[in-house]
Amino acid sequence: MSGWAIAVRDLTKRFGEFTAVEGVSFSVAHGEVFGLLGPNGAGKSTTIRMLCGILAPTEGAGEVAGHDIAREPAAVRSHIGYMSQRFSLYPDLTVSENLEFYGGVYGLDAERVRGRKRWALEMAGLEEQEGQLTESLSAGWRQRLALGCALLHEPEVVFLDEPTAGADPMSRRRFWEVIYGLREAGVTTLVTTHYMDEAERCDRLAFIYAGRLIALDRPEALKDSKQAGALVEVDCDAPAAAVESLQGEDWVEHARLHGGGVHVVVKGAEGAQARVEDALRAARVEARRVEPVRPSLEDVFDSLIREAEAPAAVGAS
Amino acid sequence: MNRVRVLAVADKEIRSILRDPRSLGVTLLLPAVLLVLYGYAINFDVKHIPLAVYDPDGSRESRDLVEALTRTEYFRLARVLSRPAEAEEALATAAAKVVVIIPTGFAAGLAAGRPVSVQSIINGSDSLTASVSLSYLSAMMQDWTRRRAQARQVPAQALPGIRPEVRVWYNEDLASVKFITPGLVVVILMMLAALLTSQTIVRERERGTMEGLVVSPVTAGELIAGKLAPYVIIALADVALVAGAGRLLFDVPLRGNAALAFALTLVYLFAALGAGLLISVLSRTQQVAYMAALIATLLPTLLLTGFVFPISSMPKVLQAIVQLHPATHFMVIARGVSLKGAGLGVLWPRTAALCALAAALLTASVRKFRKAL
Repeated sequence: MSGWAIAVRDLTKRFGEFTAVEGVSFSVAHGEVFGLLGPNGAGKSTTIRMLCGILAPTEGAGEVAGHDIAREPAAVRSHIGYMSQRFSLYPDLTVSENLEFYGGVYGLDAERVRGRKRWALEMAGLEEQEGQLTESLSAGWRQRLALGCALLHEPEVVFLDEPTAGADPMSRRRFWEVIYGLREAGVTTLVTTHYMDEAERCDRLAFIYAGRLIALDRPEALKDSKQAGALVEVDCDAPAAAVESLQGEDWVEHARLHGGGVHVVVKGAEGAQARVEDALRAARVEARRVEPVRPSLEDVFDSLIREAEAPAAVGAS
Repeated sequence: MNRVRVLAVADKEIRSILRDPRSLGVTLLLPAVLLVLYGYAINFDVKHIPLAVYDPDGSRESRDLVEALTRTEYFRLARVLSRPAEAEEALATAAAKVVVIIPTGFAAGLAAGRPVSVQSIINGSDSLTASVSLSYLSAMMQDWTRRRAQARQVPAQALPGIRPEVRVWYNEDLASVKFITPGLVVVILMMLAALLTSQTIVRERERGTMEGLVVSPVTAGELIAGKLAPYVIIALADVALVAGAGRLLFDVPLRGNAALAFALTLVYLFAALGAGLLISVLSRTQQVAYMAALIATLLPTLLLTGFVFPISSMPKVLQAIVQLHPATHFMVIARGVSLKGAGLGVLWPRTAALCALAAALLTASVRKFRKAL
């Protein structure tokens, strides 16, 4: 048994001609909160499905909670918790009945179901809603109930597939408090998300693009290392015009709209701010503020995707 | 199979069913409604058939025969004809559907011990009424001769008959409801089992709850066992309801062995559940599953398995195809056990076919389901 909660090596999944996941390797330590990021269709869900023992990998191997995902999928399933985007709740059952059902499906005896149900209701803050039909719950509550169902059997590893999609900020914050609580209890969490603020909360991030793992590190380390040049933020009234004028310059890696302004990646860090200011003045774009900034995760992923796509673009032309 | 997991699934399924009392009411009441509908409204019995009589004999005997025919609820005397030619007109204008002509010399012939013929003309355009009228007429004429013999205290054979002997078996009073009720059990079971179960798996998939089940340790067999259990109970309750109502309202007998009837009903039920499950596993949406179940199970059961229309009058190809439908076999079994009191000695080929179909359907659905998981 390895010392990792999750360990995969050269994980590959092909559906006919299409390769959904290709040669993905990573390891997750016990008690780690591990983020899996990437655009839709990048292979996140396929990876999770393989890790959960639902989908057999075409090539490569993996171990989750000490069990081989290809050889012992049943053992893997009884040691993990899984919460999907769609929550997997029965709308015509009450909160309490949903919990009891999942308790039974995981083979928990009546006594243990009772105890764990109490824990889950408290964790989700649903004590008052115990007898309420699930369809009448708001999205945030439903999401915490789904988490409760996934954690009922005290799994060692939890997979959360876009658990907070569509939830309000308050619910999301509360959700992450639960995840940190799990980390303290030594539970390993693998989470996918599209929210950058949530990605920042992970211990480590893996970025998947077109079925390949293209970056893997702590969020801070990613921000420090994964930027080729200097990032300059422009605050102006005509961001579209600014992007247009800057994109033509050969010293500009790329320029894109960011919030109400523009983010420009300049090749080479020297004098980046002055060059952008000059270029904007020449193009008669008035800027309120031009200053170098530390890249956000979004900037990092933006340039990662550009890097990943660059060879493909050359090949296509 | 893990008992806790099967029970958890069954318990959830029952709660879901109970939470939707309208659907439950429909499933429980629809069979009763169908029975009453088929029992009373859609009646294959023909009553009060208009009858015209031409009686040139005008004897006491001939008048007595006419009286015997029209005294029952089956025929009513619509017209008394004065010339044979009027018979055509009466039939053409539909004033009568049957014309009975008692020839001159009827009474004299009977008295002399000669067999006499009574001519009956029946409007054949309504084949159902025609064939029923024919049976009624011959039965009544035979009955008339028998009663005359009784009145004179001589054996019936000693008196000249009017018509050749016609006997009706099993359903002596030709009541179609007795024929319909066992068939209705077949239809209702198929409807309940196949239509209801056709929704179970595809609903989980549509709602997204399948994902939760897929990652859980529950196996395909456990899930299916837990899901089917409540429907078996509902279906059996419905069988009891229909059989009981058939007995109370329409006097439909159960002449065969009750334990055998129950056992074979269970086999048929599993075949129907298997068909519903298979449809549910293969369908992408609840609507598709519902339509598929309707077309593959309920409609053939109503139309092609001998419920109303006899299989022997279908094209040979269709006759071969309907042998693959569990209802075809159970239709014969249900009627045989209920009306004829038949046992396994007679029914074993049908029973074997039914068992094979049930096993095949259930295995196929579990297998397909395991792949879909």
